[in-house]
Amino acid sequence: MSDEEIQVFIDGVVRYFERVTGEPAEVDAPYLKGEDSVTLDFTGVIGISGRHRGAVYFTSGAEQLTELLHRLGETVIGFSDQEDLVGEVANTIAGNARQYFGSEFLISVPLVLFGQPDRISFPHHLKNFVIPITWRSYRSYLIICLERATAERDAPELRSQPGVIVDLQS
Amino acid sequence: MGARTVLGTSGRLLIVDDSSTVRRSIERHIFSDRVTKIYQAANGREAMELFERYRPEFVTMDLTMPEMDGLTCISKMMALKPDTRLMVISALGDAETAIEAVERGANEYVVKPFSAEDLNLALTNLIAEA
Repeated sequence: MSDEEIQVFIDGVVRYFERVTGEPAEVDAPYLKGEDSVTLDFTGVIGISGRHRGAVYFTSGAEQLTELLHRLGETVIGFSDQEDLVGEVANTIAGNARQYFGSEFLISVPLVLFGQPDRISFPHHLKNFVIPITWRSYRSYLIICLERATAERDAPELRSQPGVIVDLQS
Repeated sequence: MGARTVLGTSGRLLIVDDSSTVRRSIERHIFSDRVTKIYQAANGREAMELFERYRPEFVTMDLTMPEMDGLTCISKMMALKPDTRLMVISALGDAETAIEAVERGANEYVVKPFSAEDLNLALTNLIAEA
C-alpha cells in the first residue's frame, strides 16, 4: 500500500470521530504489524473484494464504545450495542474509502468479534498496517491489509472473495 | 422491528439500516409532526416486507446490508410506489454509487459519518419537500 492509500484511512478515522463526537481523534504514525495480536475487546472486520482484496478491521475497548454510544445519545447500553457500534465504525471507515478507491472497492457487511485475539489472520504475503488511534484517553486501532487484485484474481468467480480468514476455533 | 407512534397528521417513515445504533440515532432526529409512524428494518428483506405492508411516504435507506442491498431495495420500492420520498444514508462515499442511487429514485444522499446537524437538515428537507 502507498502512503497516499494509508492516508485515505487515516482521514476516515479522523472524520469519524470529529463528525460523531465533535472531538477529533489523534492518530499516531502507522506501523507494520508484527506477530503480536492487535485486538481489543470488540473488533469489527470488513472484507474487501473487487479491484482490491483483503480486509480492514477496527478494534476498540468496551469503555470507548460505551462513551461513543453516550455521545450518540444512547442511555441504556449493553453488549449488543457495543458489538453493533464497532461494526458500524469499521463499515463507515471502509465505505468512505470508496471516495478514493472507487465503486469497485467492494465492502462486506461487518463481521464482529468479541475478544479472542488470535482469531483473525490475513494472508501471509500481505503487509498489515496498524493505525493507532487515541480519542480522549481511549486507545483503539485500525488495521488495514490490502492488495490490488491481479488480472487473474480479477476474474469474476474470485472477485467476491475477500482475503480475510477468521478462525473461530482458535 | 417495532413501530413508534408520533403525534401529528400525516406520513409514515421507514428507517432501514443494519445497525441498530444508527436506526435509533435517525429516529431521535425526527422532530417533524408530519411523521406519524416510524417503522424500522435491519436488512433489505425486512424493509420490503414493511414497505409492502405499510406503504410509507418517507424512507431512509442504508446501502450495505445483509440479505438484500439498499440499491436493489430502492428499485423495488420505486416500482411499487414512485412518489416515495427516499434518502440514502450510507458510508459509501463514491460519486458513482450516489449517482446510481439517485437514478434509481433516491431524493437525497447523506454520507456517514453524519453530525446531528447534518442529519437534522437532511431529514427536514426530505419531509418538508414531500
